[in-house]
Amino acid sequence: MATKLRASVKRRRSPTSESRAVQWLLIAISVVFMAIILVLPLYAVFHEAFAKGVGTFMSSLSEPDAQAAIRLTLLVAAIAVPLNIVFGLAASWAIAKFEFKGKAFLITLIDLPFSVSPVISGLVYVLLFGAGSFLGPWLKSYGIEVLFALPGIVLATIFVTFPFVARELIPLMQDQGTGDEEAALSLGANGWQTFFRVTLPNIKWGLLYGVLLCNARAMGEFGAVAVVSGKIRGQTTTIPLQVEMLYNEYNSTAAFALASLLAMLALVTLVLKSALEWRFGEELAASAHE
Amino acid sequence: MSTTSRRAWSFRQPSVIPGFGLTLGFTLAYFSLIILIPLVALAIRSAGLGFDGFWRAATDARVLGALRVSFVTALIAAAVNVVFGTLIAWVLVRYRFPGRRIFDAIIDLPFALPTAVAGIALTAIYAPNGAIGTLFAPLGWRIAYTPAGIVIAMIFIGLPFVVRTIQPILEEVSHEVEEASATLGANRFQTITQVIFPSLMPAILTGFALAFARAVGEYGSIIFIAGNIPFVSEIAPLLIYIRLQEFNYVGATVIATVMLMISFALLFAINLIQAWSRRRYGYGN
Repeated sequence: MATKLRASVKRRRSPTSESRAVQWLLIAISVVFMAIILVLPLYAVFHEAFAKGVGTFMSSLSEPDAQAAIRLTLLVAAIAVPLNIVFGLAASWAIAKFEFKGKAFLITLIDLPFSVSPVISGLVYVLLFGAGSFLGPWLKSYGIEVLFALPGIVLATIFVTFPFVARELIPLMQDQGTGDEEAALSLGANGWQTFFRVTLPNIKWGLLYGVLLCNARAMGEFGAVAVVSGKIRGQTTTIPLQVEMLYNEYNSTAAFALASLLAMLALVTLVLKSALEWRFGEELAASAHE
Repeated sequence: MSTTSRRAWSFRQPSVIPGFGLTLGFTLAYFSLIILIPLVALAIRSAGLGFDGFWRAATDARVLGALRVSFVTALIAAAVNVVFGTLIAWVLVRYRFPGRRIFDAIIDLPFALPTAVAGIALTAIYAPNGAIGTLFAPLGWRIAYTPAGIVIAMIFIGLPFVVRTIQPILEEVSHEVEEASATLGANRFQTITQVIFPSLMPAILTGFALAFARAVGEYGSIIFIAGNIPFVSEIAPLLIYIRLQEFNYVGATVIATVMLMISFALLFAINLIQAWSRRRYGYGN
């Protein structure tokens, strides 16, 4: 009925928007593009993972090498993420609560790892701790292996996930100013009490947001870790490296089964991230821009 | 000792809030250990080659070939992303349609999905027997294992950079300007191309540069789909990896240095665009 009416009485469209037909055309192009470029790969991961049934999927995940890769990935993230949280808190406290020279430059420096290719992020540690270096053989004489071992994987992971927490917290804390902290201090709280009871509750959602992104990248990092890991099966292969190995051995189903774990992690990250944005959009607004 | 404390005093403005020394000290120490010292180590290795040695290694035919593949494919992918990224940002900001929030959330998928996972998934789709690959196979077009596959992977990882850079700016463009333009007799097309687009230009350029920079350095999502044939579909980050596997640290260092110099130049350009945008339009990202 309504459509008939609209057809007979030709409605004038608003001069500051497009006609419905143009709108739907643009929406359709966008949605099709997003479906092909973004949704299809995600679907493909799960489709391939279950291509040979749930039984094969489960047995691929319970392989000893797969289990070792899962444990290593969790361990690396459990070391790298907390260190970057401490760094993010320290950096945002120093930058947001104080005025000092060179602050803008420091903020630019913190984002630096994002402009470095992951392979180069791994390469720098190979040069620092590798065979031809000064540090590597010296540490080795004390029995400490960095390259092709856990410390190297952790270092490379910290490098690539370095800015995530800090870049989320800095604009948020700058936006909140120093009023609350000054009030707490004037009421007799010491520095740590001020931080834990005033600042931390103020920034907790922003912090969680940064930690989510940091963790997703830490567990999924491939290029940087591939360079420093040496890919010793069952020992220095994280999940993404194990995926690559299985894939290159034409064991596609097992590769996609492990990959689907990471895809699930990505989905959970996206859901939580979106929930935080919808629920605390105002609070996070200061740091929303990528 | 006394000189350092006096300098520290003038170095920052006085504040009642404690913890400046501790937090800035930790920040600088951690940054130096994780980022600065390793990058300086790379620079020293590079400088140790001398100009001639560096030049010879950097102009090696295979190195130049890999750099060319990386830059040409990244340029194409960034250009495609600018077109579709701007369109998607426009649609997400201006129109209401069922599922809009889900699509808005899924834009960030490439940030969350590990690159190796994206790489094997894209290969499965675009391989000659994959969902999209089969559509093109009868025409004799191969996507996976050719430079076209590299471009596809780069489009995937670069898209959110363009959309997320343009979105907040588009939300800030005031409706009144559009109304003014319409009352002055401009049609919708003129308003969009001559009023809205110019104010989006800095964001579009920034998005292009970010997507391009990310695509040039990308490794994980590309190597599975690329085919990795030297001079044809071998990207520069992969050549760094290959040189390392051959224990040719000099070769790897030189390619890395060239790529870093280009990345930092891009970063500098992005900062310039944003400074210009803040002066011109009063906002930037």
